[in-house]
Amino acid sequence: MSLTDDKVKSLEGKARDIRRSIIEALIEAKSGHTAGPLDMADIFTYLYFHALKHDPKKPDWEYRDRLVLSNGHICPVLYATMAHAGYFPVSELQTLRKLGSRLQGHPHREWLPMLETSSGPLGCGLSQTVGMAIADRIDSGRSSSKQFYCLTGDGELDEGMNWEAIMMAGKEKLQNLTVIVDRNNIQIDGFTEDIMPLNPLADKWRSFNWHVQEIDGHNFRDIDKAVGEAHAVFDKPSVIIAYTIASKGIPAFERQFEWHGKPPTTPEEIETARNALK
Amino acid sequence: MLNPEFKLNPNLFHDDVEQLPIRKGFGEGLLKAAEIDKRVVGLCADLTESTHMLPFKQKFPERFIEIGIAEQNLAGIASGMAAMGKIPFITSYAMFSPGRNWEQIRTTIAYNDRPVKIAGSHAGVSVGPDGGTHQAIEDIAITRVIPRMVVISPCDAIEARKATMAAAKTDQPTYIRLAREKTPVITTEDTPFEIGRAQLVYMPEAKKHPKGTNGHLYDAAIIATGALLHKAIKAAHALSSSGKKVAVLNLATVKPLDEQAVIRLATEAGAIVTVEEHQIAGGMGSAVAECLAAHRPVPIEFIGVRDQFGQSGKPDELIELYSMGESHIKEALQRVMTRK
Repeated sequence: MSLTDDKVKSLEGKARDIRRSIIEALIEAKSGHTAGPLDMADIFTYLYFHALKHDPKKPDWEYRDRLVLSNGHICPVLYATMAHAGYFPVSELQTLRKLGSRLQGHPHREWLPMLETSSGPLGCGLSQTVGMAIADRIDSGRSSSKQFYCLTGDGELDEGMNWEAIMMAGKEKLQNLTVIVDRNNIQIDGFTEDIMPLNPLADKWRSFNWHVQEIDGHNFRDIDKAVGEAHAVFDKPSVIIAYTIASKGIPAFERQFEWHGKPPTTPEEIETARNALK
Repeated sequence: MLNPEFKLNPNLFHDDVEQLPIRKGFGEGLLKAAEIDKRVVGLCADLTESTHMLPFKQKFPERFIEIGIAEQNLAGIASGMAAMGKIPFITSYAMFSPGRNWEQIRTTIAYNDRPVKIAGSHAGVSVGPDGGTHQAIEDIAITRVIPRMVVISPCDAIEARKATMAAAKTDQPTYIRLAREKTPVITTEDTPFEIGRAQLVYMPEAKKHPKGTNGHLYDAAIIATGALLHKAIKAAHALSSSGKKVAVLNLATVKPLDEQAVIRLATEAGAIVTVEEHQIAGGMGSAVAECLAAHRPVPIEFIGVRDQFGQSGKPDELIELYSMGESHIKEALQRVMTRK
């Protein structure tokens, strides 16, 4: 069943709130990453407010779906979405990156045990998600109801460890594993296709025996349809290559790799960001 | 004399002392640990037979994961399995795990506080003919520097079996260092083993009038880890017969360091020789020196590899070439005694 108009409207509203929270947290922190968190806000909103089986009041619920954020530097979107979903107070987002905060600059589950994993060093998340899905299959068999999601960046796919894990997941036919790639085309030093070309990206995954879909990462109906199809696929892991616009929501910052790793700091930048997200 | 408390192999001074590869003890321990606890799973990077994970694979095929030649993935997958409640043992050669995948071990296992057990086989120059690429002599240094990581370097196959079984019962990330070649069996079934507890395995009769020798019970003491413990005991025994009193501590657990035992021994001997088949830089001797420099400074001599890579050769030839033989330990004891 596709999303109703009301549901889409409600998700769009949540995503707007989450983008505002991301920007306010970054402005307060005075450091951190802007582009990725903003461009993944729609996908995080969809997952936490529609797709995931989870309970914010009981984060260690055994039968929850697992969501692993591999590119830990986009954690402002993870923290903001979790806060809006009820895991912790939205006001805590203002502690991001400060001494003693549970919201470390890159996620650390020692500080925030409700995280599935710590992350930051790129390329490590997919192996862990593959391990989770294999362990679950040992315990629950191939009919397990749990879904395992791994969210990665596109630049992150430069890391060789990803391809070890991609090969392994294809071998193990992990059908309840879904990877969502944030295809925003930027990384720190520039555009991904200039730094280290990833294309033909879909063909690469396909050749490792994955079910591949390419979608507009800002269209909730597209996201919903792709995630539904990923769940339906049998005996293959799924990847959804989500085309996103870096810094989505603040037109003045959009598509620019310069906004990968810095927050708005000058009064003009802060005003531009706040006005765009009003 | 051998400390009767630890019920060591009475034949260990004989030329025909039984020899077994330390890695074999790991294989037996893993099998036993898996029989006791069904959460135990085994992951291997295309070295199932030579790391002795094969018996486990044959008995528990559904709990064995073949990763292929991909040690970074090996660490990450184990971390994910531990997140789901498993107790993963991962094996490869120490040069590749924890060598190649050090950062993955740090981030996905230790930083995440996952109880993954890393068994690194073929540590030390005694790997022999395979040469320097395959001789891990940096592994103690790179594992003990990681917060939370427990580091165990068993002295023989029996101790390796007990260490493996003990590691399966803890919730801590643990590195177990294994060697390829057959080495003398020093301990017995009845020898106790506890992670973090050093054992004073060789204890010469203490001096009758310690006040006449600066209050020291012994002339010197050796702290050894791994298979070289056998040579250390023999060196101490040889010196004892010539009137020098040398005690030997088996430091199987390099981290957490049994500081109490180390400080006590330094107090009683006043001079220490550390013995390990590892780079001197950052290894067990460094851990001992860090402790003693802070709490009981005494002269220390270090037996180990001196900032060099290994090479092809027979194990015994290489131990001699890199100055880790019994004669070198004796010379180090003589040197350290003159520095008291």
